[in-house]
Amino acid sequence: MDNQTCAPPASENASRKTLMGIRIGLFLTAWFMLYHQLVSLSRFITYDLIALRPGSHLGSAVEFFLYDTPKVLMLLVLVVFGVGMLRSFITPELTRKILAGRRESTGNVLAALLGVVTPFCSCSAVPLFIGFVTAGIPLGVTFSFLISAPMVNEIALVLLFGMLGWKVAALYFVTGILIATVAGWTIGRLKLENHVEDWVREMRVSQAAMPDTALSWEERIGFGIDAVRDIVGKVWLYVIIGILVGAVIHGFVPENFMAGIMGKSAWWSVPVSVLIGIPMYTNAAGMIPVVEALLGKGAALGTVLAFMMSVIALSFPEMVILRKVLKPKLIATFIAVVGTGILIVGYLFNLVI
Amino acid sequence: MKIQILGTGCAKCQKLAKQAEDAAQELNLDYELVKITDIKEITSFGVMMTPALAIDGQVKVSGKVPSIDELKRILAA
Repeated sequence: MDNQTCAPPASENASRKTLMGIRIGLFLTAWFMLYHQLVSLSRFITYDLIALRPGSHLGSAVEFFLYDTPKVLMLLVLVVFGVGMLRSFITPELTRKILAGRRESTGNVLAALLGVVTPFCSCSAVPLFIGFVTAGIPLGVTFSFLISAPMVNEIALVLLFGMLGWKVAALYFVTGILIATVAGWTIGRLKLENHVEDWVREMRVSQAAMPDTALSWEERIGFGIDAVRDIVGKVWLYVIIGILVGAVIHGFVPENFMAGIMGKSAWWSVPVSVLIGIPMYTNAAGMIPVVEALLGKGAALGTVLAFMMSVIALSFPEMVILRKVLKPKLIATFIAVVGTGILIVGYLFNLVI
Repeated sequence: MKIQILGTGCAKCQKLAKQAEDAAQELNLDYELVKITDIKEITSFGVMMTPALAIDGQVKVSGKVPSIDELKRILAA
């Protein structure tokens, strides 16, 4: 894009920048102060203002809800803003440039990692797939990206971190990347290139379609704010519904109730969780509060993670979208390979932890 | 000029189409707005993120919905 002819004078520009810095600083300070008061605030409202009896079913459900809702929403705002800014540096075009010409194994790892930070929505899965494949990126590497992009995302990580601690979040990140890498690599080994729809392979796409635009810091911050408006505006309701369900489970379901169904001793619970997860479609935002509550009632971590990954990574609507470019056999392979990966992770965690 | 909106019909694509239309009218441009919804045709433009906006076949915006002011700058360029 051309430089604007009507740029403001330098001094005015500098003071605007300072003002913006001060605003962001104030916002962050307020954020941290409020965040650290959430426990006592939720207790105060539950037991002093509403005067519920400590230890009662309703009391613990209400406390759970009043603590988790602001906590999760606050974390979400902060991280979505940060990731929104980060993403203004990374476009799919850049990711494609990095991946093109890579050898397969390194390519798979890179693709899985880039899947976390590249802006992606399932509605763009098809143009992205074609953009990658026609640029000569191997099918398996493309799949590593397509698996990791929805599964390992900032929303899932933030919620896991906020509700279950950094260890579970780190575990989820590492295993998610691992599944995406290995599953993509496996698909690459299976030589399924001719199961991509013919019209895609015959396609000649012009590549340097997008002009490179340098963005100012102001514009990048604007990107962050837009992302918050867009994403938090879309998922807040799911978060609240999820936390409500979680609160009910937390307060009313007896301790260890889940142990028999989703506990370690029930070996069949991992595959059943994966199978149930495939047709289910929700985002991480609604899922994780429920997961937290299930864990609290004796469900095994591996089983619960497998369920969550299956719900997020293998979704029916995305399969329908991908069907436009993939023949049924490749879709089936995709589901089978990723499903197997999730299964192994589920068993592994149940065994280790 | 021909303003092409590329997108399979998601909410954002419709918003982009409407904003582009408003921007073009405010500029009093002599334009024709075309919505391209066929996925094959969309990808032939080389975009990887929808919605996208092209002017006479040249992609100008991809993966976001710019404000009307920004669209006016793009259309006037």
